[in-house]
Amino acid sequence: MLPKVLAGCLIGAFVTLLLPRELVARWVGHESGFTGLLIAAFFGFLLPGGPITIYPVAGAFLVMGADAGAVVAFIVSWTLIGYTRALVWELPFFGSDFVIWRIVAALPLPIVAGLLARAAVRAGFEYREGAQ
Amino acid sequence: MTLAINVLLWLVVGTLALIAAMRGRVLLNEGSRAGVMEFILLLPRIGIGVVGSGFVAEALPNEWIAPWLGPESGFFGVLIATLGGALTPGGPVVGFSIGAAALKSGAGAPQVIAYSTAWALYAIHRLIIWEVPMMPARVVLLRAAVSLPLPFMAAAIAMLLGRP
Repeated sequence: MLPKVLAGCLIGAFVTLLLPRELVARWVGHESGFTGLLIAAFFGFLLPGGPITIYPVAGAFLVMGADAGAVVAFIVSWTLIGYTRALVWELPFFGSDFVIWRIVAALPLPIVAGLLARAAVRAGFEYREGAQ
Repeated sequence: MTLAINVLLWLVVGTLALIAAMRGRVLLNEGSRAGVMEFILLLPRIGIGVVGSGFVAEALPNEWIAPWLGPESGFFGVLIATLGGALTPGGPVVGFSIGAAALKSGAGAPQVIAYSTAWALYAIHRLIIWEVPMMPARVVLLRAAVSLPLPFMAAAIAMLLGRP
């Protein structure tokens, strides 16, 4: 169990250092369509760190023109299928079989959430008031 | 299974360390130090959590868990678990140790999945402490609203998949 936790910590530290965040933000703009949701969900999975890293990045995505659907997919993905969280926190309590099963059950959810958010925006939900 | 995961993880660590090393010795040192420091800081918390979850399991009212949240509790159990998750305050140690303890005390796996999914997505304290200060409030509202059905979906998919 502990070697996995140590590996999770090291992966998190290296990815934070190696991944250029500006590039991430460019890929999930509001014209990005379904692919943008997939990319956002993938980065949510990939990007390590706790809430203190994730929400500022999500906020930056918004400012740089990412749409609400992509940002929602990103946050939900980080929350439910992010590997650092699962490795560091969940694995010691539940064991690998349960964690893998839970993550498989959660795989479609970031996309579902992103699509729901886009539908709400199309139906007239204004979310940019506060941002501008 | 555990061995395979360990090998895979350390391969990833090795690859990342190699990439970092190719960009410079400083980056490799910085990454290794940050990762090991985080691990050391986490150790006592994980220890407390794992030992504590045993105590939580003893403290939880066992005679209620099986009938209300057991594998036979179905959708109603998922609903109660989701509400419980939304109302559980505290960090990962608290959320996951309660989930693990409930599982040991006879809760059904889909119900525990609903609990930890709800807790991860919209535990009220997290919205207030983390999300609202860092993002526009209406985006937080939108994110929380579209997240409402997700614990039910996770539990449903888990039921369809069946236990591993």
